[in-house]
Amino acid sequence: MDTSRRDFLMTAGGIAIAGGVLGSTLSAQAADAPAAAVEHKLPELPYAYDALEPYIDAQTMTLHHDKHHAGYVKNLNAAEAALEKARAANDFALVQHWSKQVAFNGAGVSLHNLFWTIMAPNGKGGGGQPAGKLLEKITQDFGSFDAFKAQFSAAAASVEAAGWAALHYRKEDGRLLVLQIENHQKLTPWGVTPLLVLDVWEHAYYLKYQNKRPDYITAWWNVVNWEQVQANLEAAAK
Amino acid sequence: MAITLAPLPFAQDALAPIISPETLQYHYGKHHQAYVNNLNKLIDGTPLAEKSLEEIILAAEGGVFNNAAQVWNHTFYWNGLKPGAGEPQGKLLELIQRDFGNVAKLKEELAAAATTQFGSGWAWLVLDDGKLKVVKTGNADLPLKHGQTALWTIDVWEHAYYIDYRNERPKYTQQVLDNLLNWDFAAANLAKSA
Repeated sequence: MDTSRRDFLMTAGGIAIAGGVLGSTLSAQAADAPAAAVEHKLPELPYAYDALEPYIDAQTMTLHHDKHHAGYVKNLNAAEAALEKARAANDFALVQHWSKQVAFNGAGVSLHNLFWTIMAPNGKGGGGQPAGKLLEKITQDFGSFDAFKAQFSAAAASVEAAGWAALHYRKEDGRLLVLQIENHQKLTPWGVTPLLVLDVWEHAYYLKYQNKRPDYITAWWNVVNWEQVQANLEAAAK
Repeated sequence: MAITLAPLPFAQDALAPIISPETLQYHYGKHHQAYVNNLNKLIDGTPLAEKSLEEIILAAEGGVFNNAAQVWNHTFYWNGLKPGAGEPQGKLLELIQRDFGNVAKLKEELAAAATTQFGSGWAWLVLDDGKLKVVKTGNADLPLKHGQTALWTIDVWEHAYYIDYRNERPKYTQQVLDNLLNWDFAAANLAKSA
């Protein structure tokens, strides 16, 4: 339940809506039957499809959001509904099948939700360098911003096949970590919160950059929304 | 002895409109070539440099395996594509009927495997312990590493179809299965394994 609520909070991006749903979920739980899964929704982009040009083209943004991200949302909802049925029927082969679908599609939904928010049009919140506490923390954990940037770029460039580069915050020891993610859910340890993610699935860049993933990564730094990353750090460190 | 990029068994426009010359220009000219180049860099000056591609695949892990397997997978994929390839015959048809019921059923299984592979990978028709099977592998993984004989494959990395089909992997898969499946190649691989 916690997971689906959290996903929904991220998806809806609004406490007021989530509060309402939370209320109805709790009242449903008073009965014997478990609460029905909350439907995940595709969030709107926080800017126009062409707002990240020329670094990320409008056609890529449109397909990426309207087809790929929407597909993960649709598949997650279908998988959660099917998982519930499989559990009710004690069909454990199907429980395993749909659990894998929930993990893959659920992680895809969460990462894309985050990905759109940590970007902004260049010069209008996107690009430049981090400041304040975030810069301090990056400098402390990586030596310098440039060293961090080099590590993150290298991680993104060398993800095997489809995946992501991620800057995580690990609350246990208060450290920032640069890690790779394969597909949407593999290679990630527990107890970390992603603050900044870069999608390096080929669908994220193929129309504009084709096989030249490193060129896409170089361009992407021009649209990173450092204020949002700073806000993500503050929220994760609370 | 360096690993070389095998020539395409067809002209770059031979698969159009199912697979465009532009896709082949990148897929063969850039991706496949890059796997060859990377592999040669990685094995240069090591004992693996004297081995065959198959020996490298069976011996290696990590980056060497990934690049070697992708060199092999792509060459195999190209050879399995042919415009107007007709229908399977003889021994291959017999085994398809025995193990899948009919050709349409086999194609359905291949389509399902291709479209449900999470992320990047491949769907395959293999011979496993005398029986035909459809399997899927992630990233660079391939039947050879699992003791199976590959008869045919379809690449479902996004770079295989993104220029021509965008996000529509099922459409790409169906088009290839219906129009480009080179049954002669699959039959030849079956005959070789006997």
